[in-house]
Amino acid sequence: MAAKDELGRRGETLAADYLSANGYRVIDRNWRCRDGEIDVVAEQGDETVFVEVKTRSSTDFGHPFEAITLGKLRRMRRLAMAWCVQAGGWRRIRLDAIAVIARPGTRPSIEHLERLT
Amino acid sequence: MRLGRTRAMALIGMQGSFVDVEADISSQLPGLVIIGLPDAALLQARHRVRAAASNCGIPLDGHLITVNLSPAALPKHGCSFDLAIALACLAAAGDVVQESIERVVHIGELALDGRLRPVPGILPAVAEAARLGAEIVMVPVACAAEAELVSGIRVVGVCDLRDAAIWHGGAFDARPVDPIAAAVVTEPTIAADGDLSDVIGQDDAVFALQVAAAGRHHALFIGPPGAGKTMLADRLVGILPDLDDEAALEVGAIRSLSGLGVPSSLQRRPPLETPHHTATAAAMIGGGSGVVRPGSAVRAGHGVLFLDEAPEFPANVLDALRQPLESGRVAIHRANTVASFPARFQLVLAANPCPCGLYGVPRETCTCPPAARRRYLARLSGPLIDRIDIQVQVSRVSAVHVRLASEQSRATTADARARVQAARAAARERLATTGWATNAEVSGRWLRAPANRPSATALAPLDRALERGQITMRGYDRVLRVAWSVADLSGATSPTPAHVGQALYLRRGEDR
Repeated sequence: MAAKDELGRRGETLAADYLSANGYRVIDRNWRCRDGEIDVVAEQGDETVFVEVKTRSSTDFGHPFEAITLGKLRRMRRLAMAWCVQAGGWRRIRLDAIAVIARPGTRPSIEHLERLT
Repeated sequence: MRLGRTRAMALIGMQGSFVDVEADISSQLPGLVIIGLPDAALLQARHRVRAAASNCGIPLDGHLITVNLSPAALPKHGCSFDLAIALACLAAAGDVVQESIERVVHIGELALDGRLRPVPGILPAVAEAARLGAEIVMVPVACAAEAELVSGIRVVGVCDLRDAAIWHGGAFDARPVDPIAAAVVTEPTIAADGDLSDVIGQDDAVFALQVAAAGRHHALFIGPPGAGKTMLADRLVGILPDLDDEAALEVGAIRSLSGLGVPSSLQRRPPLETPHHTATAAAMIGGGSGVVRPGSAVRAGHGVLFLDEAPEFPANVLDALRQPLESGRVAIHRANTVASFPARFQLVLAANPCPCGLYGVPRETCTCPPAARRRYLARLSGPLIDRIDIQVQVSRVSAVHVRLASEQSRATTADARARVQAARAAARERLATTGWATNAEVSGRWLRAPANRPSATALAPLDRALERGQITMRGYDRVLRVAWSVADLSGATSPTPAHVGQALYLRRGEDR
């Protein structure tokens, strides 16, 4: 496994833990279909939340959120739809993003953006 | 509330208005959105501002920043809003003091390294800001000298965005930077290269030139090639008096708008514009898609617009001059705006008498058919010719003139300018209560009013010409106007019969 994949994995675990600690119920992780992958699916109240996790070891090349482009957002919406179809039932959905900045030797910092549009 | 607000300037033609620049930070994916009718160059400010901020060590907030330019319906052009946008964004994030940026008008383009680039049109923008009541304006350091020509406003020149942020109370350490220098100023065209005394044997034409300068009359010179028409017209600018503060500022503002650069001191000599006869209407009065740029006629404001070979100009180009000749302004209409420029120029036309140019020249044969000859001068349309008070025929100089010239003393530019200055002062004093300043502007009604009418003996030759049908009523007024200039030039308080006679002579070139 490449170093960057390992960092990404670690970030996703951190993000899932963060969500659990903040009253979310994580119901799926790394759900894959033909179009791509959803990092975390969680529930809060009556909302189903689809979370994209971006992890960086530094901000030298910009904030992790800057990597979430319009195209990426569009794909997230499509994937969320695909997930809902396979899960069945009517739901209120929401897209969130979590940035994990894990500088070597320091405690990782987590930022959570809700309701991406 | 994460909000920053400051002001910038939008220029439409020479008309400026404040633009409120507001920045709001909301928790969304990072981005910079500019709304409020920006053009393409202004829209790209989002890339320049973000890069400039992070490269000078004060990165923008990592969320979505919405920048609103208000009034939203006013079209905004160009890159001079960068500084205001960057500072509004920094204020929204709390990096600079909001109260400080609120009371300053910001003008400047950002380079990617955070330094400020000079922008064209600083002088009119700052002048308009001062007129609208702004107290402080912040500009790129390369433009500070130009901005300081405007009185009644404090100018702050800054090298880069970091400098600007520090000035506005940002807690950053100053970093030395090399400021971006202003473009080299191309010197304004000044007719210093030729003196009036170089003109040999054209005594009438030289006299006509001085009368034209004294009264700001438009003039037409007709003559064969080689008679010295161009030489004469070139000398006119030299004998015009220096510009006053207001006019000099306007001339500078138009230079600045045209991107020609403004010398560090006010230029007092009137401008000379000599467009070539292939010029289009847009080149003559102004135009351009998006940003409307002033044309030759506007750049010649307070100076001389000289059209050599005037009949060769396309008819629509010549007719485009009718509006500025009438109103002293050029208005350029676009789908969503009207740009208006001052254009109070003195028009000087030079023309050959016919296409081959030899009609009426002794010992030469004109090869033009009569119809072609008639058509040639008829290209100068009636309404245009109507506004030209002085029309003089210039003939070729003979060997006798050249020999005589070495013996006689001729008027130099300096003497002529002094006489013109005195004549202008006399006219201004006489017209002080009327709102006009020069004889060319005066209405026929004022000229013929009993209080201002010259004596009956002075008017006799003119009345006779009118009775014989040699001149029309409009021509009558025009001769009177020129007669006043002749009188002013010779120091008389009212035109004498001789002055009226000379004025009649100065419209000899006219057949209508």
